[in-house]
Amino acid sequence: MLMNNPAGKAHVYGDNIDTDRIIPGKYTKTLDAQSLAAHVLEDLDPDFRQKLTLGDILVAGDNFGCGSSREQAPVALQTAGVSLVIARYFARIFFRNAINIGLPVMEIPDHDIANDDRLEADLQQGTVRNLTTGKTYQAAALPPIMFRILQEGGLVNYLKKYGSYQSL
Amino acid sequence: MLTTAEKILSQKAGKTVRAGELVVVSVDGVMATDTTAPSALKAFAKMGGQTVWNPDRCALVIDHAAPAPNERIANLHQLMRDFAQAQGIRLFEIGEGICHQVMVEQQYVRPNEVFIGADSHTPTYGALNTFACGVGSTDLAAVMLTGKTWLKVPPTIHIRCTGQLPPHVSAKDLVLFLTGKVGISGATYQAIEFEGEAFAQMSLAARMCVANMAAEMGAKTCFVHPKGLSLPYEFEALYPDEGATYAATYEFEVSDLKPQIAAPESPDNVGDITPHLGQPVQYGFIGTCGNGRLEDLQAAAAVLAGKRLASGTRLVIAPASRAVFLAAMNDGTAQTLIEAGASFITPGCGPCVGSHEGVPADGETVISSANRNFKGRMGNPRAHIYLASPATVAASVLHGYIANS
Ligand code: SF4
Repeated sequence: MLMNNPAGKAHVYGDNIDTDRIIPGKYTKTLDAQSLAAHVLEDLDPDFRQKLTLGDILVAGDNFGCGSSREQAPVALQTAGVSLVIARYFARIFFRNAINIGLPVMEIPDHDIANDDRLEADLQQGTVRNLTTGKTYQAAALPPIMFRILQEGGLVNYLKKYGSYQSL
Repeated sequence: MLTTAEKILSQKAGKTVRAGELVVVSVDGVMATDTTAPSALKAFAKMGGQTVWNPDRCALVIDHAAPAPNERIANLHQLMRDFAQAQGIRLFEIGEGICHQVMVEQQYVRPNEVFIGADSHTPTYGALNTFACGVGSTDLAAVMLTGKTWLKVPPTIHIRCTGQLPPHVSAKDLVLFLTGKVGISGATYQAIEFEGEAFAQMSLAARMCVANMAAEMGAKTCFVHPKGLSLPYEFEALYPDEGATYAATYEFEVSDLKPQIAAPESPDNVGDITPHLGQPVQYGFIGTCGNGRLEDLQAAAAVLAGKRLASGTRLVIAPASRAVFLAAMNDGTAQTLIEAGASFITPGCGPCVGSHEGVPADGETVISSANRNFKGRMGNPRAHIYLASPATVAASVLHGYIANS
């Protein structure tokens, strides 16, 4: 399957953004992804939804997505229109959850991306080009199994296709 | 020379594996809650799932918003009941308790296993020296379908605590202290082994309190060495090899440890309680998978016996399970607490995650025995949450300000 390469404007936030900030626990008990998207990041930045254009890229510092195991966090971001999350590094459950639902994530330890920079990612190469500054960043390589899951658009499609985990 | 994580995963993978390797392992058991199960069941169906791989080793728990506060959540609960019935798997109903407490109490998880839970505090079973790891809903659905998961064998941080904790300093104080030292991301992608005298003399409840907060250090899983562990059944005590390779080693002498507190808005914002003494509080909460067990309620009752909460304060108690609640009724603990002015609510997560029951008001200060105090955690981003031991929570609502006796 050919993956769409994310491209959009950067929205930059800080370190240790926990899942309660991505989507507060009080909104998580639902199967309606739109209602999750309506509240995404609201305790961190009440204007986030207004600023976001479909396909934009969320950029964060260290340990993005720490806290609970709620898959509602990447679902809320994806449904709101975020096409890629870049962080210096991620909390592990968020990282897995994002790939499992087909939301691309890239770990770039040394990025200096600023708000409103225009970014263009190449998922196959694991690179991000900053069109505003002309810089290119190399992301940490995904483990091969995660890359395969992402290529299929998520773990649901992967297992629908293969029935079980393929050898690593 | 293998760590505990490497030993358990090697057994499951059928070959020796070491930190950094990717493995597909068979899983012994899985659990999901009313926060994570509904999406997991949806993903399971979308994967083409017909029957779960092993109905005896799957459990669903209704604990996060139980009883249902509105029709939307009531319908999600119903979805879980229908699925459990159709698949012949065990569903723990409202009031049976918090997932992690019932999994251990009802022996759904045992030592030396690989257990996958759709909840971030699944490493709590490290109290049993089991490889227990939290995942999200889709990963959980995949285990229900295949009985397997893929994992990266984690490197391990070794935390050794020597000396005995002083009286009135609890396992919660110790683990808050350690969370402050390791930091909220200090153990990301790694396992933790807790070892030393301070742990060896701990009850199962205290070990669960310690393992519970490994999640707040970012750990993937953790193990409290089984020395001194006593369980109501026979088990093999598994230890890491002498000379195992650790990613980092911490050593603390804890015989002079003071009561600890985590100030808003992060569980690693920890220090001695002293500079916080006298800070006014309006709301105390005792419960959660961190500290809602019988010995926690008893510690609160010891502080509050024969006294009344300060006026202008309230105390909400959510026992970790029905068995805990019954035991607290049988030994008089519940009566002591209610006479002091506490409100008991249904065993379960209660106000921990802000889904229902006991949301704090704007500007209020809460002191809680929970494990997380992120902004908005209890349902109101304008409340301030401190984390402390049950005894400190009780003393604080007794006085109306942060106190430790
Ligand atoms: S008690 Fe709190 S931390 Fe524990 S499982 Fe429930 S919501 Fe999560």
